[in-house]
Parts: sequence; C-alpha cells; structure tokens
Amino acid sequence: MTSTLATFLSLAVDGIAYGMMLFLISVGLTITLGVMRVVNLTHSAFAMIGGYIALWFIQRAGVHFFLAVPLAVVATMAIGALLERTLYRWVYGTHGLGQLLMTIGLTFVITAIVKNLAGTQLQSLPLPSSLQGNFSVGPLNLSVYRAFLIVASAAVALALWLGIERTAFGARLRAAVDNQRMARCVGINVPAVFSVTFAIGCGLAALGGALGSPMLPLEPYYGLKYLVIVVAVGGLGSLRGSLYAALLLGLIDTLGRYYLPALGAFVIYLAVLAILLVRPRGLVAN
Amino acid sequence: MSNPPLQLVGLCKQYGALSVTRDVNLTLEAGARHALIGPNGAGKSTLVHQITGVIRPNAGKVLLEGRDVTAMPAEKRVKLGLARTFQINSLFNHLTVAENIGLALSAHRGLDGRIGRPLPARPAFVQEAVECLRELGLLDLAGKRVSELAYGQRRQIEIALALALKPRVLLLDEPVAGVPSTEGKRLFELLERLPQDVAVLVIEHDMSLVFRFARRITVLVEGAVLLEGGVDEVRTDPRVRDVYLGKRGHHD
Amino acid sequence: MTTPSLNSSVARAFSRHRYNLLDLVLLGAAVATFFLADLYLALATAVLIMIVFALSLDIAQGYGGIETLGHAAFFGTGAYAAGLYAMHVSSEPISGLFVGMAAAAVVGLLSGLAVLRTAGLTQIMLTLVCATLLLELANVAKPLTMGDDGLTGYSIAPVLGLFQFDIEGRTAYWYALAVLVLVYVFCKFLVSSPLGLTAQGVRENPTRMALLGVPVRRRLLTLYAISAALGGAAGALSAQVNNIVGLDSLGFTMSANVLVMLALGGTGRLYGAFLGAIVFMLLADRAAALDPTNWLAALGVLLIVVVRFASTGLSGCLARWTSRGGAQ
Repeated sequence: MTSTLATFLSLAVDGIAYGMMLFLISVGLTITLGVMRVVNLTHSAFAMIGGYIALWFIQRAGVHFFLAVPLAVVATMAIGALLERTLYRWVYGTHGLGQLLMTIGLTFVITAIVKNLAGTQLQSLPLPSSLQGNFSVGPLNLSVYRAFLIVASAAVALALWLGIERTAFGARLRAAVDNQRMARCVGINVPAVFSVTFAIGCGLAALGGALGSPMLPLEPYYGLKYLVIVVAVGGLGSLRGSLYAALLLGLIDTLGRYYLPALGAFVIYLAVLAILLVRPRGLVAN
Repeated sequence: MSNPPLQLVGLCKQYGALSVTRDVNLTLEAGARHALIGPNGAGKSTLVHQITGVIRPNAGKVLLEGRDVTAMPAEKRVKLGLARTFQINSLFNHLTVAENIGLALSAHRGLDGRIGRPLPARPAFVQEAVECLRELGLLDLAGKRVSELAYGQRRQIEIALALALKPRVLLLDEPVAGVPSTEGKRLFELLERLPQDVAVLVIEHDMSLVFRFARRITVLVEGAVLLEGGVDEVRTDPRVRDVYLGKRGHHD
Repeated sequence: MTTPSLNSSVARAFSRHRYNLLDLVLLGAAVATFFLADLYLALATAVLIMIVFALSLDIAQGYGGIETLGHAAFFGTGAYAAGLYAMHVSSEPISGLFVGMAAAAVVGLLSGLAVLRTAGLTQIMLTLVCATLLLELANVAKPLTMGDDGLTGYSIAPVLGLFQFDIEGRTAYWYALAVLVLVYVFCKFLVSSPLGLTAQGVRENPTRMALLGVPVRRRLLTLYAISAALGGAAGALSAQVNNIVGLDSLGFTMSANVLVMLALGGTGRLYGAFLGAIVFMLLADRAAALDPTNWLAALGVLLIVVVRFASTGLSGCLARWTSRGGAQ
C-alpha cells in the first residue's frame, strides 16, 4: 500500500472517529429537538451532569469505568425526566422563545450546582487500562479509545434506529411526532411518550459528556457550536440526518485540516455554509 | 375585445395520487357576480389559494386581465388588483380598526416600506382613511381594537380590508359564515354596495345569499367543474340537486 | 362632526410613539450618572453600549418578530470593523462608527437573505450557525484579528477633533451617550413610521400582509439590516471605548446575554432594552464580584421566573401598573 493511500485511509478513519464523536454528543439534542421543537440549550448541562456523576462513581464510589458510565447515564435520565415533568411542563404554555430562554436559565442553575459540588478545576474521566494505548491494523495506527468511541457510537446509533423503527414505543413516538392530536385520539399517551423520549435525550447527552472529550465540560455552553452545526446540517430532528452530517463534517474537517492547512479549522464551516445555502432545512429535511 | 379580469385555464393540482383540482376553467367578466358552490371537500379553498398564489398548480394558467400570473407570488398579484377575504377572520387583532384599514391603504399606496413621516401625520393619507372608513360604515369603530369587536363586526373588517385595496377582482370566501342573521343584514348591504366594475367571485354555502347576489354560478364537485351557468339554469339542474344529496329545497 | 375633528380622531386611532416624561427622566438619569458614577464610570459606559445593542435586537425581534440566537454576529462585526479601521486606515472615531455600522449591515443583508428564507426553529438555528461561522472566521483569520489574544494596538483620535479619550473614561461616556441618544431617536422614528406599522402587521399576521400586497420578506430584510447596523454601532462603540476587540464579541454568550436582557426588560417596547440592559449589567457586575459561581444561578432563576410569570418582561409589568393599557 502506498504511503499516500495509507495516510488517506488513516485520516479517513480519524475523520470517521471524529464524526462519530460529534454524533454522540449531538444525537441527544436531535432527539429532544425532534420531539420538543424547541432548542434545548440545557443539553450541554445534561452532558455536564453525566460526566460528573460518572466521575463521582469512579472516584468516590470506586466503581469501574464500564459500570460508572451507564450508571451516570441512568441517573441523568432520571434527573432529566424529573425536570421535564416539573420545570419544562411549567413553561410549556409560553412562547417558543420563552422556553428557549428557560433552558438558558436552567443551564445557568445546573452549571452553578455542578461547580459548587465538583469544584471549578477542569477534570477528566480516568480511563481504565483496557482503553488506553494504541493498536495497529495493517498500516493504520489507531488509539484504543478512538476505536471504542466508534464502536460505542455505532452501537448507540443502531440501538436508536432499532428502538424507533422496530419497537412498539418507537411506533408510538413516530405517531406522536407526526400528528399529536391524532395520536392522542388513538389512545397514545403523548405526554408520557415525550417525557420518556426527553429522558433518553438527556441520557444520550450524559453519554456524550462522559465520553466525548478528554476534559469534562464545565462551561454552560459546552460543545454548543458542534451541536448546532451537526443538528442544523443534518436536518432538525432527523436521526439519519445528524448521523450523515456528523460523519460528513468529521471527514471534511479531518481531511481538510490535513490537505488545506492554510484554511485549517475553517474548512468545516465553509462546508456547513455551502450545504445550508443549497438545503437550508438540512440534509434530511423533515 | 378586452381581457376578462380573471381567467382560469385548465387548472390542475395533485397531491401525490390525490387530484384536488381537475382541469378547472372559469372566466370572470368585468362586473361579474359569480358564485362558486359545491359540497365540502370539493376543493373550493384550494382553488382560491391557486388564484391568489399561495399554492402553485401542477398545470394550467391563472390570468389577471390577460396577464399570466401563474408563477407570480401572492403579493404581486394583489398589486395587480386581486384581493380576497378569508372564511376564518384573518385580521390584526391587537391593532385598531383604523390601523387595520391603514395597513391595507398604506400597502395600496406603496407606503408600507417607508421610513419617514408617520401615517397619522400625513393629512392626505388620513383623509383617505376617513373616506374609506366612512364608505365601509366603520367610522364609529375606528378607535377600537379588533379584539374588542363582536364577530359580525370583525367580519365587516375582514371584507373592508379587501375593499380598501380597491381591487378589480374580489374573492369572497364564505363572507357571511357564522354571522347571526341580525348582523348579517349589514354585511349583506355591504356586498350589494360593491362597486359595479369589480369582478366578484363568492364562495358560499348559504344558498339564499347565492341566489340573491350571484348572476352566474359554477358548481365544483371533487375538484372538477360540474356545471356553470346562470342562476336559474343551475338552480333547476337535476345534477346539482343530486350533488347536494338529501338537501331540502331552499326557501328563496 | 366637522371634517377636521373627524380626521384628527381617526388619526388618533393610530398608535403614536411620542416622546414623554420617561424619556426626559432617562436622559436626566444618564446625565446624573456621569456625575455620581465616580469609579464606576467604565461600567456605566458599558451599560450604555449594551442598551444600544439591546435596542438593535428589539428592532429585529420585538418589532420584526425575527427570533435570533446569533445577534452577536453584528456586534462583533461592528467591533472588528471599527478596530481594524482604526488600526489600518484612520483613528477618527465617527467615521469608524459608520464603518462598523456599514460592515454589520452588509453581514445583516447577506445573512438575512439566508435566514429569512426559513421560519421557526430552522430560522433560529440558522442565525446561530451564521454567528458561529463568523466566530470561526475571526478565529482562523488570526493574522488579521489577532484571534484569542484580542485585537489591540490601535488608538482612537479625539471625537470631532476636540474631545480626547481620557484615562478616566469621561469622553467615552459622553460619546457613548451621544450615540445612544441618536440611536434611540432613530428607533423611535423607525417604529412610528409606516414601516413600523407594517412590522407590527407582519408580526401579527404575515399571511394577510402578503395578501394585502406587502412584500413581507423584503420588509423583514430591511428591518434585519437596520437591526444589524445598530448592533454594529454598539460593537464599534465597544471597540473604540475599550481599545480592544475580543473573540467573545462574536460569541454565543454575547448573543445569549442580549437575549436575556430583552427577556428581562420586555420586547416590542423600546424601554425594555433600557430596563433589561441596566438590570442585567448591574447584576453581572456587582453580583459576579460577590459570588462568581452562584450569581449566574440567581440570574437563571430570575430568567425562569420572568419567562413563566412576566412574559412581557419588566417593562410590560410596569406598563400595566402605570397605565390602563393604552397604546404607548
């Protein structure tokens, strides 16, 4: 294999890994967006909660990484469900922009609470030895963690697809999103469906927060710029769209930085601009 | 031979496999009083949307005074003299009656985009607004917000908004819908006082209004024109009776 | 009724946005602040600049009904344009102000063409994307904008050739106040003009406006570009008064802050911009000094409460208490 091809393949794998990471941190937002039709800016805060709960489990409770992360996800889902029942319901009657502002306010509150409990120093999740280091596949050199991320994100994508397309709950969710009134008429408990879906979105945010980056998030708008572009390019509320968008953007960014270093980070944004000019509603418009 | 104010030629609209408008032809002559009737679901509203430009037909043409406007956006057609009213009131509820009419007038006069002297500070404009309100019998309501008005009064404003544009073609969508007969009288007088040179197309279910007001009637069934003709012709046609299955004879 | 009084009663049926006692009080308060502010003059100047920014957002959002999460795009563009102008062309402040406004207006027009093609959620997301794009552009164009370090090293010439910018910030305050007064007068003028009524109509019922013959998108684009220019004025002021332009002038926090200001103060009533900006900036400064971690939480709680109970903002509440709910 020639070295340019090897480089390209290696970059492509990197790009896919990056894309999958983007997908992981934004899929939760796609879900809540598709269901709530409001930009849930608290998404980043749930990522924060997930990350820090996982940290607590590992550091204080001595739980192993592979158990701590799922536990953190479940805990965040519970918190999200509770907040949805109370706070979000409380402001459902207000205007869309009002709900958006409410999520901003909630983000501030959660950030302060986390900072109070966990301190203001940046911390990171300690990786178990099984996930550290690199390994080689032919001419490609890959970090174990990256590979783990790709596998985990693919698993999440598959689980979501199966859940939505193949389960009874998924069918109810699709019906509720398509036509709320009709869904209620056929006996679907729409508020309950939305609550569960919102909780799942929060759980996914937590997963993204725990795994998505070496450092745990501490600012209120963590990752917002990535979330926004993946969700906007993918098409609001479309799972398929955000997967395509995340992979596409991950590849363009990695390849762009290597082959067009002068433009560097901006290549991805040029791509975003181009895509949105042609299809303002995203790749997979609803 | 001058062009008729409105002409629909072979208008077709499908949504997937569903045909909602099938090869509809309709001509409004100058000063027409034309009614469009048909059972619910016949596609009357869709047809009106295609005339105003909110929906694009799949085939066929819409001609305003001979000019092909099929590809023209709604606001440009309005500038060419087309106006419509809505079946469900579509007003500016938080604004006063004067402001509602004022919006129509300022749009008509091309003032709507101006950054300059406020409308109430323009004497010519105010004069025109006064005249318009007087003609439409709304002077006493000028200062009231639309949200404070009764339903029948709001219906009046609904028609007034279209009339303030001094249209050449007027589409009235069920103008007396939901109006109690006590207030309906005032509304009806407004309709009878419409300028003679305006071509009017009325969509109505209220047959008493149709027979009193219209001179020609088009019957639309399942998106296609069943029959078009004079009032007596349509009234006595057996197919029309069949279409309105089970409808008792109307008292005229 | 005789005709002249009929005309005037119909004219009165149109809402007027006249100058009133409150405007005088605000002006008086602004002047008094100069003499009383003492060490807080820099904060007061920052408040004035934020009022200009909030007014610009009110034009787009409160009057035009265009919801945006990326208004910082205009503030930052104005700031960088004015800063770069001072650095490379001329340190004259008033022309710099206009350069900032023009650059922001261009950005407003271009982004408006894209943003106004959509509606609702997609529209909000597009405004956010536009601002993010500009932020990354500023980041990448490091040689020009000095990126993370912030654009510095330029100075501003005396205003009108007479008033030197001094260390105490006195000239800065009067300069900012003068610009605020001009911007406010313009906004009042805009809102009273026919376009102002059209904007209200579009906000309430855009379909009907189109069927009255109004080119809705064109009118909204005009409002958006004006809003952008005014936002750019705020940014230019900031660049000139602080002698530094940072990436945060394009950041999401800036966009979110001005949204919060307007949410607190109330949209669609120019006074909301004043109230919201003052409350927010004072809180941010004093409360943040007291407890940097928790002041944001307090603000968050306030925001949630306001959204739920006072959706017209504080100015809406005040309006209800002081009058019988007539037109302003």
